Amino acid sequence: MSRYLERAENVARFISVNEHLMLDLGLAPGNAQWNPLVTTSGDDADFAKRYDDPSEENVIYFLTFDKKNPNSIISCIARARENARTVREAISSEMWEELNLLYHLVEQNSRKRRIDNLQEFYAQIRNASHLFTGLSENTMSHGEGWHFARMARMLERADKTARLIDVKYFILLPDPAYVDSTYDAIEWGAVLKSANAFEMYRKYFHSINYKDVTKFLIFDKYFPRSITYCVNIAADSLDAIISELGVNVSAKQEMEKLRTSLASYSIDGILGNGLHEFIDIFQFNLNIVDQAINKSFFEI
Amino acid sequence: MNFDDYQTKDFFDELIGSDGNPRSLSTPLIEQINSLSAKELRRLQKAAEVALYRQGITFSVYGDKKGTEKIIPFDIIPRVVPGDEWEIIDKGLKQRIKALNLFIDDIYNEKKILKDGIVPEDLILSSACYLKQCIGIKPPGGVWIHITGTDLVRDKDGKYYVLEDNLRCPSGISYVLQNRAIQKRTFPQAFAAMKVRPVSDYDNHLYNTLKNVAPKNCVGKPNIIVLTPGIYNSAYFEHAYLAQQMGVTLAEGSDLTVIDDCVMLRTTKGFEKVDVIYRRIDDEFIDPLAFRPDSLLGIPGIMQCYRKGNVTLANAPGTGIADDKAVYAYVPQIIKYYLGEDAIIPNVPTYLCGDEKQCEYVLKNLNSLVVKAVNLSGGYGMLIGSKSTPAERKEFAEKIKADPRNYIAQPTLCLSRTPTICGNQIEGRHVDLRPYILYGESIFVLPGGLTRVALTKGSLVVNSSQGGGSKDTWVMEDA
Repeated sequence: MSRYLERAENVARFISVNEHLMLDLGLAPGNAQWNPLVTTSGDDADFAKRYDDPSEENVIYFLTFDKKNPNSIISCIARARENARTVREAISSEMWEELNLLYHLVEQNSRKRRIDNLQEFYAQIRNASHLFTGLSENTMSHGEGWHFARMARMLERADKTARLIDVKYFILLPDPAYVDSTYDAIEWGAVLKSANAFEMYRKYFHSINYKDVTKFLIFDKYFPRSITYCVNIAADSLDAIISELGVNVSAKQEMEKLRTSLASYSIDGILGNGLHEFIDIFQFNLNIVDQAINKSFFEI
Repeated sequence: MNFDDYQTKDFFDELIGSDGNPRSLSTPLIEQINSLSAKELRRLQKAAEVALYRQGITFSVYGDKKGTEKIIPFDIIPRVVPGDEWEIIDKGLKQRIKALNLFIDDIYNEKKILKDGIVPEDLILSSACYLKQCIGIKPPGGVWIHITGTDLVRDKDGKYYVLEDNLRCPSGISYVLQNRAIQKRTFPQAFAAMKVRPVSDYDNHLYNTLKNVAPKNCVGKPNIIVLTPGIYNSAYFEHAYLAQQMGVTLAEGSDLTVIDDCVMLRTTKGFEKVDVIYRRIDDEFIDPLAFRPDSLLGIPGIMQCYRKGNVTLANAPGTGIADDKAVYAYVPQIIKYYLGEDAIIPNVPTYLCGDEKQCEYVLKNLNSLVVKAVNLSGGYGMLIGSKSTPAERKEFAEKIKADPRNYIAQPTLCLSRTPTICGNQIEGRHVDLRPYILYGESIFVLPGGLTRVALTKGSLVVNSSQGGGSKDTWVMEDA
């Protein structure tokens, strides 16, 4: 439930940040870069199979309303709602209603021929997700169920931040003409905004460059979308679940491995050996954690 | 609501040519607007206003009893500046800022320009803005005017003139940035088609500008802060916004103290030395020991730290001297003197009332001139002759006679107009343009700026404190 909602929120933010970025870069609609968004969500193959070209219109439709795409906003929210139904008695009515409202908002908009104000629409999705998280914080007991929800949200978030850095680094770095130009600051500023990190990043680093941006998004201990923060909180929640249930499960070892391996890296090491390799290993380990959690708690 | 009935009349129009057709570069914008229904256009206008309210982009009008906070009216039809026009503005502003900076440095140090008789010594020394406390100071990098917002206007023939230099604490940049954020959502197709140059990295430029003027004895990353008079200041929103965007601390005078000739910031972890202060407090309030002893906003002893080179103040105290409207009249000579060049952007012709002959002319022609007090800004202390009553003219004549040095006069310019949504139609309204210039290691002119618009029909006063509004300024990529 919280994982899918988190995914929908991220897709909504990626699209609206990209929209602003394309305008800032002065790229006409024909030349705009929309393909990276599909890559970030990891659905290149599916997209290529069913769409002719990565135009703005196609990509936005694919990521927002395409029910055949399991990672589109509409699919994610529908699945989050189905999941919420199954745990309806465990979550608060406020949470359920918010999710239900969001589902209808997206569903209704998906039937429109044209949406007047997409930016407003994506802002509504993001806000609904924040509201849902706030409601779960304040209206649901912070017991086992709540920790499961938080753990899932954090693991999803870590994954999305990792993908974001991976894709952007790949696209942005090869062009030496852009390094340290106005456009470089704008592009990497957009990466930060995609992770809602722009303002908080500024408090630590001031000037925008790929190295500090990457460092912040991987290692910052306090920013709620950095990979390190997400993994730490997910690990805390797992500990809480384990101590409440009084069980000993393999997921704990896997989570610990993920955390210590992350802490063993330095930004220079990562950039020296290739960021992509680092992200690959991280995501591999993340998948193992996911599987271990499934196995430990949900496969009976 | 579209451009079918739009008339440029006798004015230079920013978007529409004198033949009534859109200027070629603005065509995508005009076409997008024409394709919208009146209802849609109003909805876009409303949405922009709601966004401004939500973000709290309000300012307070001093002396306004109705309510202390207002949103500055925003019009969604942007002003467009073609690339080749901008190139001239960019060059002209860099030239002007460079010369003015040399001038300020000179008059507080060697005074060569006064000795050579280019600018009358008396004019400088008699100015209330000439601060004796700044004599002999050499700020880092020789830079005095780090942040400027120069006011430009266009006359009937479309020629640009510098109206005011604003070298002290120019405000309005936050509106430029926020207007753009909103504007991109309003006409995205036209925006993309017209290749508008970005402004969103202003904060980055500002930060680097401040970083580059850190004191010589500063070790490591300089500690930069924004100094505000506090939450009741009319531009507080902007102070907070800039501090937040740069990721630096926003401080009030009471957060700072002086220890061993260094400015220290009180934090939860103890005192922290401050290296660069982007101060939005006027000169006379910044240090009660050096200037107004009744100031509660400033930091006692900060001028001593500044003189010792332990802290950089941006802008430097004392820059107001070049802002004096009587000194303004000499800027073309100042440029010639220091750079050996003719001014790229001309001044508006200016009559100095301090000069007997010129004063006589001014008093005789009050009904066709604009009279300004040399030391006031924001549209205060001003008489627009053509729109004044005999009583007002009489009152001003008395004021001028009582203190001629304190007044200048300029011909009434026929300011350019640009299409603006007025009720249910699009009408021409007069505008000026305030670009922002940063001077640190080098001079940078932000490709954009605040277009201020006089919303009242026929009015020439664009100041937000006098019922003006603002627009986004689209500077285009290609010449």
